[in-house]
Amino acid sequence: MNLIKIKKTLLISLSVVALASCSRQPANNEQLPKEVSYNFHIRPILSDRCFKCHGPDANQRKADLRLDEEAAAFAGLKKNPGAHVLVAGKPDQSELFLRIATTDTAEVMPPPSSNLSLTAFEIKLIKKWIEQGAKYQKHWALIPPQQVTVPNSVSDWPKNEIDHFIMAKLNEKGLEPSEEAEKERLLKRVSLDLTGLPPSIQQQEEFLADQSSAAYEKVVDQLLSSKHYGEKMAVQWLDLARYADTHGYQDDGLRTMWPWRDWVIHAFNSNYSYDKFLTWQLAGDMLPNPTKEMLLATGFNRNHKITQEGGVIDEEYRIEYVTDRTNTFGKAFLALTFECAHCHDHKYDPISQKDYYRTFAFFNQVAEKGYQGDIYSGTAADPPRMKITSEDVDKILKFINKKDTTPVKVMVMKDSSLYRPTHVLVRGAYDAKGEVVGFGTPSAILNFDTTRFAKNRLGLAQWLLDDKNPLTARVFVNRIWQEFFGRGLVKTSGDFGMQGELPTHPELLDWLATDFTKNGWDVKRLVKQLVMSATYRQSSATTKGKQAVDPENIYLSHMTRARLGAEFTRDFVLATSGLLNEEIGGPSVKPYQPKGLWEIATSGRGLTKYIQDHGDKLYRRGMYTFIKRTVPPPAMLVFDGSNRDQCEVKRNRTNTPLQALVMMNDPAVLEASRVLAEKIMVSNNSMDENITVAFRTLVCRTPKSEEIKIFKTFFDSEKKLTTTEKKDQLIKLGEFKHAEIKDKESLAAFIKVIMTMYNMEETITKS
Amino acid sequence: MANEFFERHLNINRRHFLGKLGLGFGSAALGSLLIPDLFSGKEEDIASLGIPHFAPKAKRIIYLFQNGAPSQLESFDYKPTLIKMAGQDLPASIRNGQRLTGMTSGQAKFPLVGSHFSFQQYGKSGAWVSEIFPNIAKIADELCFIKSMHTEAINHDPALTFMQTGAQQGNRPSMGAWLSYGLGSDNKNLPAFCVLLSRGKGNGQGVYSKLWTNGFLDSIHQGVQFSSSEEPVLYLNNPSGIDKDDRRRILDNLSQLNSMAYEEFGDPEIQTKIQQYELAYRMQSSVPELTDLTKEPDSIVKLYGAECLVPGTYAANCLLARKLSESGVRFVQLYHQGWDQHGNMVGEMPMQAKDVDRASAALVLDLKQRGLLDETLVIWGGEFGRTNYCQGDLSKDNYGRDHHPRAYTIWMAGGGVKPGTVYGETDEFGYNIIKDPVHVNDFHATVLHLMGLNHEKLQYKHLGRRYRLTDIAGKVIPGILA
Repeated sequence: MNLIKIKKTLLISLSVVALASCSRQPANNEQLPKEVSYNFHIRPILSDRCFKCHGPDANQRKADLRLDEEAAAFAGLKKNPGAHVLVAGKPDQSELFLRIATTDTAEVMPPPSSNLSLTAFEIKLIKKWIEQGAKYQKHWALIPPQQVTVPNSVSDWPKNEIDHFIMAKLNEKGLEPSEEAEKERLLKRVSLDLTGLPPSIQQQEEFLADQSSAAYEKVVDQLLSSKHYGEKMAVQWLDLARYADTHGYQDDGLRTMWPWRDWVIHAFNSNYSYDKFLTWQLAGDMLPNPTKEMLLATGFNRNHKITQEGGVIDEEYRIEYVTDRTNTFGKAFLALTFECAHCHDHKYDPISQKDYYRTFAFFNQVAEKGYQGDIYSGTAADPPRMKITSEDVDKILKFINKKDTTPVKVMVMKDSSLYRPTHVLVRGAYDAKGEVVGFGTPSAILNFDTTRFAKNRLGLAQWLLDDKNPLTARVFVNRIWQEFFGRGLVKTSGDFGMQGELPTHPELLDWLATDFTKNGWDVKRLVKQLVMSATYRQSSATTKGKQAVDPENIYLSHMTRARLGAEFTRDFVLATSGLLNEEIGGPSVKPYQPKGLWEIATSGRGLTKYIQDHGDKLYRRGMYTFIKRTVPPPAMLVFDGSNRDQCEVKRNRTNTPLQALVMMNDPAVLEASRVLAEKIMVSNNSMDENITVAFRTLVCRTPKSEEIKIFKTFFDSEKKLTTTEKKDQLIKLGEFKHAEIKDKESLAAFIKVIMTMYNMEETITKS
Repeated sequence: MANEFFERHLNINRRHFLGKLGLGFGSAALGSLLIPDLFSGKEEDIASLGIPHFAPKAKRIIYLFQNGAPSQLESFDYKPTLIKMAGQDLPASIRNGQRLTGMTSGQAKFPLVGSHFSFQQYGKSGAWVSEIFPNIAKIADELCFIKSMHTEAINHDPALTFMQTGAQQGNRPSMGAWLSYGLGSDNKNLPAFCVLLSRGKGNGQGVYSKLWTNGFLDSIHQGVQFSSSEEPVLYLNNPSGIDKDDRRRILDNLSQLNSMAYEEFGDPEIQTKIQQYELAYRMQSSVPELTDLTKEPDSIVKLYGAECLVPGTYAANCLLARKLSESGVRFVQLYHQGWDQHGNMVGEMPMQAKDVDRASAALVLDLKQRGLLDETLVIWGGEFGRTNYCQGDLSKDNYGRDHHPRAYTIWMAGGGVKPGTVYGETDEFGYNIIKDPVHVNDFHATVLHLMGLNHEKLQYKHLGRRYRLTDIAGKVIPGILA
């Protein structure tokens, strides 16, 4: 095979990624399905390539034609009543087919000017769909989840219902599930997934020694009851809730929302049911006789950015905040791109601009101003706010880690006593007021029946939790699935709309959603179901054969390996070295950070200098690192952490040279290497034993003899090569106190061994 | 048959791999390991890639962002009427409903004020330049002034964000991230998008990392902060006690261990990780070499001014920008803060001008003498303009100006723009555009065009919607193309 040919192939695939960035490109030789489904085959094409001009947005509609609704699509063309867009069974009489199949550039759809086109395969699919009767279906995500019968597989592999669904799909694709992972790897995986912390050597040994069939479940139960479970689960919620320690925008002053963050951890640890968790955050202030805890929970809707820039126009920013709440609501609870309907009718999904502002109306009642003053006159908590005293912490808000007696103020929700009418904003502009609208939601999801739902945020929460709401439970179980399997059953966990990906296991998604609501929205129960499944417990090793059939491991014929997220990488380093300060909650902290980052970027007002903490505060978990929105912690961003600018429900997972640099040179990793080396050497064992202990601590399994050999040889040569000067520098790394180690040469070489171990791919990966 | 199978296999793996990495730094680097000249920029490669969409005029961009909004009326938009009418109120017919910021909306009067600094015409083009920019004045015939820029935002944060990402709100990818995504890097040892920060002495407005964010693109397209200081890139330096040879030995062992993991798991991410460590190692030597400005010849130091040897100054960043760009960095973004003269225009404006005048001109001249100006696009300007009337009371010897989104001036040089051009015109009050307006979206469309990209085709589908730098608007401005 010549080089030019390879190059050409690569270049073609590159342009596909660059321009289409969509994984729906079928291979050329893909077979047409026997039964063409509107939801699974046709709508994705129409939505992506046609609905922009022939879809829900009335203002953009061309030729007065819409294809997203069956009746409209089947109606005769107005300009030419004899012709039809669709004639069931007859593609050659259906304009839709004729126009996509023609080679006449003046006639062809989509028009060349749109930069969109259909592939030959897609045209064939549409043809076959028309031949089979051109049947429409409601978008899958808008049909409430159905009670599903669990498929029966004859294999003895399944451990719970999840596995039967997975097995059925694997069979269909000609794939086999994998063996259960080795015990040590499984323990590392489940510990990191449930608490974000690695298992200690002692925990590893206990698990290895426990030969009973209940050994794994015992560990799972222990982890689920660990106080660190809440921390682990909170992080994805903090991304979604755009939690940060500063107001954002240019002066980016301090805010105190950390008591709300402490509440989120508490809520997960106490296993608040999802319906309660959601209701308190959306409308805790509207519950009868709300407690201070319920009020605190409403801070969720105040986590958006707030401007302190002098001279801003008050109303422009007030509208901005309400917009942020509305968009967050859409994405977090419904996985719909509400923001698209801010300026015009949604181009793909049934959310009109009017629907948008009806939903907006719920969040538009807050007694607030867009501008409460600049960085000098503003405070860390704009009204409406709530004061938390030490007495509150002693009596009711026991989970708040308040360190001193000074009361703190947090932002909460409270509606104004005066009703504020909501206008449709023309093109989304704050000062272009259109017609007045009342409270409501997109009726295609579920009608907001005001005889059943109160016309306020509490009613909105009830609407979300209604039996007939097709999205709330699916969206949540999908996000939890994503947390454990690296990818949602719906890959686009933030978009269940027409443009989103289709579920890979629709029946499983519905089964999980209905099972979840039937069992009282019990989050821990759901999590336990996932980690107890055979699917989750599989080995992560893959084969060339499996990769060829399913390169993204969509069908889970093995467990997907995943690098730890930003905060958890830090936690891992601290926990394994023994440095971790296990304290929960409290004001955020400022660990080591490269010099000058805040100083060079500041406006000169507010938090101008990064004043690094010392002592215990250097060793708090990653989730407690102070997030200044305009200059987020740099190592976190390198590891795909969120900048907490807006609601995010999914992080990218990249693999970059800058990540290598952080693991090589971040003072936190270097200090951990030194401290762990000392800690192990204090026991006065042989270097082989030391290496084994370090390896088991970091990689969380027994090393292979080959691995010990590599490290031992490395240790021996480094001991010879390390000069006195370098040795003195290495054994001084970090601020943490030193253990008394006499053999400094060995210590220096052992520090290098541990640095190398921290950088092993397997170390910070769930295998 | 065997070939076909191989191609298909390669294809799947590439797609899988690139789907995770996106185009750019890392993928370009690994691509070039597999096939040495994948991103060499040879014509036939570019053509078959489908991107750039047509022959580019510029290959690289250096954007000298003047953060805080330098006054067009004290720099390049000469308005003698304002001197004549000093102290008189801005006619309502000229203001014509323009909204005001909270800083001047309470003012009873809007007294016009002319430039304290004198203007002269320069070069064959006869461009007007104020006395506080003597070096930029000298290169007037290299520059293309756009006097008719206008924006929608009236406050710094949204205006800066708009200028850099094409949207006022929201976590959209920055210009540099888009170019990294679209065109990748020309240098396998450097990121495609580098950011340099400096601070002037004038009233400042902060910068925010969201200005160089990758937004919804992969983090490989994030702007990487560089400096000419001891640690030019975050986390680049080995700790004391580890030198280059030590690092090499650590990485050799690491690579052996990681290869064992690959054998066991077969996960292609492990292979990528091995390559990324090698790239990090190469950066450790290539970056400090590149950012070391002390070895520059005297002629260069003289050109940029002695300040260029002080890390963190605008001059040092201009020189560093030239070196990065020369090494193939696609997009070098500078930010110089301190241009927000709500008051004390007379005191602050010359200081700010002095910070940037010499080095900005030097950069253009330096690129030219290296034969690089033709393929490098230099952009100079802020996020909006300033009002023609005084903010607060107009005193005899000083004044200030508020934000003005309706008209401002930027200049560009090199890379396919028409040199010695003055494009667009404002009215005699310097308040409204009367000829050839250029909206921020148009500016972005034009810059992408110069880089060989069709702004309507450079798109990325995220959560169901195709996003562009120009969102749903923008048109290329033919009048400034060479």
